[in-house]
Amino acid sequence: MKESSNHITRSESIERQLWRRKVRRTRAFQTLTIASPILLLVVWEILSRTAMIDPRFFPPPTTIIVEFFHLAATGQLFHHVGISLYRILGGFLMGVIPAIIIGLLMGMYLPVRYTLQPLVMALMPIPTLALMPIIIIVFGINDLSKMITIAGSVFFPVLINTVAGVTNIDHIYVDIAKNYGAKSKDYFFKIALPGALPMMMEGIQMGQAIALLTIVAAEMIGANSGIGYLIWTKYKTFVLKDMYVGLVLISFFGYLFSLLLRALQRKLIPWQK
Amino acid sequence: MTESKIKVDHLTKVFFKKNSSVTAIRDICLDIKEGEFVCLLGPSGCGKTTLLRILAELETPSTGSYHITPGKAGKPLQSMIFQEQGVIPWMTVQNNVSFGLRMRHASKKELNERTEYYLNKVGLWEFRHLYPSEISGGMKQRVSIARAFANDPEILLMDEPFAALDEQNKFILQEELLNIWEETHKTVVFITHSIDEALLLSDRIFLMSAQPGTILREKKIDLPRPRSIELVRSNPQMGKEFVDIWQHLQETVQQHRDKAL
Ligand SMILES: Nc1ncnc2c1ncn2[C@@H]1O[C@H](COP(=O)(O)OP(=O)(O)OP(=O)(O)O)[C@@H](O)[C@H]1O
Ligand SMILES: [Mg+2]
Repeated sequence: MKESSNHITRSESIERQLWRRKVRRTRAFQTLTIASPILLLVVWEILSRTAMIDPRFFPPPTTIIVEFFHLAATGQLFHHVGISLYRILGGFLMGVIPAIIIGLLMGMYLPVRYTLQPLVMALMPIPTLALMPIIIIVFGINDLSKMITIAGSVFFPVLINTVAGVTNIDHIYVDIAKNYGAKSKDYFFKIALPGALPMMMEGIQMGQAIALLTIVAAEMIGANSGIGYLIWTKYKTFVLKDMYVGLVLISFFGYLFSLLLRALQRKLIPWQK
Repeated sequence: MTESKIKVDHLTKVFFKKNSSVTAIRDICLDIKEGEFVCLLGPSGCGKTTLLRILAELETPSTGSYHITPGKAGKPLQSMIFQEQGVIPWMTVQNNVSFGLRMRHASKKELNERTEYYLNKVGLWEFRHLYPSEISGGMKQRVSIARAFANDPEILLMDEPFAALDEQNKFILQEELLNIWEETHKTVVFITHSIDEALLLSDRIFLMSAQPGTILREKKIDLPRPRSIELVRSNPQMGKEFVDIWQHLQETVQQHRDKAL
């Protein structure tokens, strides 16, 4: 009895040691993740300050930060950021929601899939940005035309991933649903939707990145506000410090949205480890 | 008790793909009575799963027919326990067990009572809020068993439900299955590779040939119930049956191999 309890404490202490080592390793990796961008910024700062790279094109990061606060103080930054976020969110939802619905239908019903598949394949390679002039002619230079451009770019990756998500559901779950008397509606909500959710979320994550890429370009073409507009005008007037502020903002929002979507993913897909 | 529940009439299933075809089962005739517990015993690939899937309406026969006598209205006709672990990953243990009841919109009271009862029966009550990825293989198998029983069908179609379990858990669940069966007297069609299991559970055993699967012989097991594994093991008559079935299977597999060579 004594011996066996000794044995258990020993196993436990070994496991605890292993666990500590694992924690230490994870911490080391986390440090790397934080350190690498900082190191890059430091190198940039030094190279720019010593003029080894042209400070007119690559102003030192510290001056960009100073410029950020300067722009923020005038209030015009918030205006541009607000309007861009509004367009991104609107366009994102306009793309994602129909993509999920059509994707689920294409995944579930073969006639729908075979009818829409060729259209999807033919339309997907056309960059929505190239259609921007037509979108502007039809809808005008307004927020809606930007949202439609974003929606068009977000739509396809989410659609494709949703279809793949449904078609990859193991056939045994379809059999179970059938055998236990699931109706079409049950099958949609209890099998197809949750089964496709993991891949769908990957598609949405991809769509989020594409939405940011698209908004900047769209605001460069036909807009008089927004982060893209800010970047473009500052570039044309050669105020590169301000241009960099715009770029950094875009990258910040990309990071933020990724984190938010990951959190949402953990909430929506609790069965996945 | 003597009423016929499942009648299978010259059933044949051929799987056809491009230009090759496989005859999974050939000319199967069965007459299974209401409340009877029958086992299908045969070598791997002889079409046992195929036969069960046809009865479960997941596959259509090529020729021949079958008829299941419907019972009380409002009760599902049959529920299948799948050979592969058919536990739905995005539902908790509890929601997996209540799946059939939810699909047929059972009353809240019935749903809760039956789910709780069978979760307890298979020893998964404490684990009811976990997802399948968080429980062991044997536990998942118990989830599918509980799901089938909770659904309260007329007929249970069980495809090697205990194959993935260790001996101890297998004994416990076999006895539990017999207990539940004594309570409910459902008609059960049970597939197994284990002769011991077939002797313990069945009223009748159907011995199948290697592919294409046909029914070669049937054996009535007249052992009094309730049975236990010790009882079956210590019964000399059952010892003889075991050897007889074993030799029979040995021969069919051997013949099949000779033919293939
Ligand atoms: N969907 C299918 N398409 C083509 N062939 C199939 C299909 N399902 C089963 N078969 C073939 O039918 C035969 C019988 O298969 P089945 O799964 O019924 O065997 P089994 O008796 O259940 O075997 P095991 O004991 O290994 O589970 C096999 O040769 C298999 O390859
Ligand atoms: Mg099988």
